[in-house]
Amino acid sequence: MSEPLLEVKDLRVRFHTEDGVVHAVDGISYSIEKGKTLGIVGESGSGKSVSSLTTLGLTRRFRASIDGQILFGGRDLVSMPEDQLRKIRGNDIAMIFQDPLSSLHPFYKVGKQLMEAVLIHRPVGRAAAHARAVELLELVGIPDPKTRVNQFPHEFSGGMRQRVMIAMALANEPKLLIADEPTTALDVTVQAQILALLQDLQQRLGMAIIIITHDLGVVAEISDDIAVMYAGRIVERADTESIFTRPQHPYTWGLLKSIPLLTSPRDEELVPIAGRPPSLINRPSGCFFHPRCPYVREEHKRVDPRLAPVPDSPGHSVACLLSPGVRTQIWQGLEAGRQPEELRHEYVEAPAVPAGAGVAAPGVAASGAGVASSGAAVTGVATTEVTTTDGADAGQEDES
Amino acid sequence: MGRYIIRRLLWVIVLLIIVSIVTFLIFYLLPSADPAALRAGRSPNQQLIAAIRHSLGLDKPLYVQYWRYMKGVILHFDFGYSYEYSQPVRAMIVQRLPATISLTVGAVIIWLATGLPTGIISAIRSRTLLDRTTMGGSLLAISAPVYWLGLVALYLFANDIGKVHIFDGANTYTGLTSNPGRWFGSLLLPWLVLAASFSAFYARLLRSNLIDTMSEDYIRTARAKGLPERRVIGRHAMRSAITPIVTVLGLDIGTLMGGAILVETVFNIPGVGRLAYDGIQNADLPIIQGTVLFGAFFIVIANLIVDIAYAYLDPRVRYS
Repeated sequence: MSEPLLEVKDLRVRFHTEDGVVHAVDGISYSIEKGKTLGIVGESGSGKSVSSLTTLGLTRRFRASIDGQILFGGRDLVSMPEDQLRKIRGNDIAMIFQDPLSSLHPFYKVGKQLMEAVLIHRPVGRAAAHARAVELLELVGIPDPKTRVNQFPHEFSGGMRQRVMIAMALANEPKLLIADEPTTALDVTVQAQILALLQDLQQRLGMAIIIITHDLGVVAEISDDIAVMYAGRIVERADTESIFTRPQHPYTWGLLKSIPLLTSPRDEELVPIAGRPPSLINRPSGCFFHPRCPYVREEHKRVDPRLAPVPDSPGHSVACLLSPGVRTQIWQGLEAGRQPEELRHEYVEAPAVPAGAGVAAPGVAASGAGVASSGAAVTGVATTEVTTTDGADAGQEDES
Repeated sequence: MGRYIIRRLLWVIVLLIIVSIVTFLIFYLLPSADPAALRAGRSPNQQLIAAIRHSLGLDKPLYVQYWRYMKGVILHFDFGYSYEYSQPVRAMIVQRLPATISLTVGAVIIWLATGLPTGIISAIRSRTLLDRTTMGGSLLAISAPVYWLGLVALYLFANDIGKVHIFDGANTYTGLTSNPGRWFGSLLLPWLVLAASFSAFYARLLRSNLIDTMSEDYIRTARAKGLPERRVIGRHAMRSAITPIVTVLGLDIGTLMGGAILVETVFNIPGVGRLAYDGIQNADLPIIQGTVLFGAFFIVIANLIVDIAYAYLDPRVRYS
């Protein structure tokens, strides 16, 4: 495994508001290698945008407490002084945002905004910067760039505006591009074009991409790895194929079953995830997902699961208290088109695990205490409850 | 754009005609005094009043009076003669204009020079003690009526009647061309008094505009580009936050050019506002009509200029 380009270690971001402390990001770790693509998936308010804004130091001003490390080229971006971090922003790490109209300044011509991105980091003249602006517009596939460079953002269509944003982000050939919901505000057909453009540019320029989205369909197409976030934490992390073929977390199932995929049968019913994302000020007890989880058990309301490796799926980890065997069976049931209600009766409320294939013996996956406790519960073995929030099991974060 | 301006100018004319009719009607329906009786001396007889009324043309039907007046205005740019001074109104206004322009321009410079930096600092340091103090103070300045503020300022700081002799008081206005030093000295206190509430208002307006703008997505983009905060605020945020200020400024200047009646009256500055005040006191219809039309003209022209300026300030605005 080569040296990661960006490595986030136990990042925590808390905002101090009048209503209380918002735990926007609560101890997430991930890394991305050069030229790779990581998808971060989650609902609004899951902390996915905050974590990426924090990478560029853009959450600093909001009375935030930021802990943990974000290592980029061996340097920690969290503790880096503002003036040094500024030299990385838009230069080594660039970012594009959800709404390309509101993200471009309405009063300045796009050429001027592109030139500014170049001039701030490069010791070049205005003529060279202007030539670069035209070149960038051409690079992102905007026809007639010499004319377009002198137009204002409102003269561009939504897709073209996002191309301008991408051009601006690429101005200094960044090593990492963070794309925060880059296609959400766009038409479906334009979405596909923008994703294709990002992939094409990635291959040509060799940059790494972190793509943040609520849409699994988006990351399916372009990500190498996927991290699923819920309530400020990563609840599941794996390579893209594993997420789609062997998803482990009930929330991931919810995401997969609530979107129509071209590959799924036509008559398949979509299953929405019930309820709303939790408040990040007063978070639920135990597993943060338990109020919405169809497969919740009583003890899940008390025990806080930690991210732990999934047996027989290398590089795959999940924070779920259900035993691996039960998870596999439920997912197979969902894939067969069965409803969560039914599966809940069969696998969660049933007093004992039905004997059958795919059920791991309790304890096999017991490297994580959460898994052990749920495994114990499944088999009816009385054990003392293991609370994993006290940090005793921090070691299980390590899954290399 | 050209057609737009022509259309707007035609509207200006319509608007001024409406203003003149309204002024005419108000004067006759709610007269402050009988202009003829006012000029007939201490013990007038009916004959004298009738004679004066006839000589002023006040015995004619209203529409005839109005028509005569408007004919003069439109054909000869003649606003009639003052009942009180028997001088041409146009010349009287022109003569009063330098004082009004002096007062307006000086006050504008002061309120921009104080209000804008205050607004920027308050926005950047929003919710701090500094911000709360200046915004609280600005609320006081906005709430204080300008004539009250003027009288208090004279009472405290005027050279003649003040507790502390710092500034020239009322009645000291001197023309710029006759003595620049005294012109400046005599206007300093009126400038400050007139600028106070405007400065406070502009500071509050810019502060709230700037705070709103700072939460815009394009400000986040500017930061993500790696721009220094100074440039993010100075270029990206200010460019948007200042645009509404330009609108208000245009209208305020237009209004004040028509005469800052209260300040000119308190400090006895011989400007257009003071002339209007005197006209009302003397039931001097031509003066009232003249100054009202003159003020209305400045306001509608200022409106037009602001609208045209907007097309340049905000590229999304296009008139057709």
